[in-house]
Amino acid sequence: MEKIIGIWIAAFLTLCIYSFLYRDNPFYRFAEYLFVGVSLGYSIVLQIHQGLIPFAWQPFSAAVTGGSLTGLIKLIPIAIGLLFFAGLSPQQTWLIRYPSAILIGVTSGVAIPNVLQAHIFEQTRGTIGPFAAIHAGTLSGWGVFEAILMVVGVVCTLTYFFFSIEHRGPVKWVSKVGIAFLMIGFGSAFGNTVMGRVALLIQRVDFLLNDWFGTIF
Amino acid sequence: MLEKLMSIDRRIIFILVALAVILPTLIPVSMPISVSEPTQKLYDYIETIPAGGTIMLVFDYGPASLAELNPMARAIMKQCFAKDIRVIGLTLYAVGTTMGSTLIQEVVEETGAVDGEDYVFLGFRPGLELVILGMGTDITSIFDRDYNGKPLSEIPMMQNVTNYDQVDLLVDLSAGSLTEAWITYANVQFNLQIAAGVTGVIISQMYPYLQTGQLVGLIPGIAGAAEYERLIEAPAKGTLWINIESFVHLLIIGLVVIGNIAFFIQRRREE
Repeated sequence: MEKIIGIWIAAFLTLCIYSFLYRDNPFYRFAEYLFVGVSLGYSIVLQIHQGLIPFAWQPFSAAVTGGSLTGLIKLIPIAIGLLFFAGLSPQQTWLIRYPSAILIGVTSGVAIPNVLQAHIFEQTRGTIGPFAAIHAGTLSGWGVFEAILMVVGVVCTLTYFFFSIEHRGPVKWVSKVGIAFLMIGFGSAFGNTVMGRVALLIQRVDFLLNDWFGTIF
Repeated sequence: MLEKLMSIDRRIIFILVALAVILPTLIPVSMPISVSEPTQKLYDYIETIPAGGTIMLVFDYGPASLAELNPMARAIMKQCFAKDIRVIGLTLYAVGTTMGSTLIQEVVEETGAVDGEDYVFLGFRPGLELVILGMGTDITSIFDRDYNGKPLSEIPMMQNVTNYDQVDLLVDLSAGSLTEAWITYANVQFNLQIAAGVTGVIISQMYPYLQTGQLVGLIPGIAGAAEYERLIEAPAKGTLWINIESFVHLLIIGLVVIGNIAFFIQRRREE
């Protein structure tokens, strides 16, 4: 019975959302606000139960009740984190600088080497790496074409975003080729997005026709 | 006629799209599905993992993306359970908790996999990159219990799993950029092999990582889900939906062509 009630509520809300295709209406707005509210409420509760309680509250209460040195050390990051609330008092706002500085410093320190490796060095290697295979004679004719096309695409697209020189003469034409590569990229992304959005519609229609109608007929 | 075509009410197009979805749903049509290289790579990689191996399946998506990602997750889990590969489920996305726990239960009912022996669902932890980095050192420092509150030390399949060193592959099912976070931290820092199943919106973003080998495989959108179902020889929703999708794509292509022809004719007349 619970499952059937759940299906009917889901079907009602689905129809409320799709009613927007005709025009904006109170049913659509009710479903929209409900979705935003429920999603946010659910996320907050989960953050509290899966983050705040096990990583802050439990170590804090264990340190207070147990009084062990290891436990007390955990109070330091909790105290620094609580400084974010200093923003609530205009006189103490300056205290936010400490947790902010630590957060930015740690995040930068952790992220910069990894991001450089993953997104710059590896991608550069991926772009010029095939030329080693060309040199070794292990790449097929199609592979050679792909490798050259990729380098041309990367160079032309980067040229389009290079604003330190005026785009005139040969630079203008190279950047125009870059625009063509960008357009192909955007077209591909748009086509895939359409595929994704249509899949959402199909899943909802499948739910209405099979699950919801299944409870009626 | 031309003016009518150029100013067609958008609601007529909505009705046409609805019909293109509803009719094939009521009268299913089977169309051939060819497997793309990125999907084949992921399937082949999992096939090389020996029985008793472990993969991490990350449910980094919410209800708005389940149409594309649930069929992939289902197919991967079926392949793993059939090969006796253990699955550690988790999410870095709060709403993904419900996605993961619900779907795992559905697959378990079909396959008879055993909680704690064949799979474990760890749930969600906030912190993104800190969670990824923390698990690389010690999984219990981030998840000391599973989603049901059972300590990891009491879960049989976790006895020999301390960190990424004992994980053969991580498959991130993502509707956003979280796959890039897994590549940036887990792959670069810990050399964890990573594959992804992604929604249509971010497929193009993922191909560079596939070309460099930072991703060992990729399931692209609902089409990839259908391909994977074909590979494991278990057609399900992915196969059904991609067949329906083909009709909608034909309709959209037809509308784009008609719209362009009408536009150019009208422009020529105005000139």
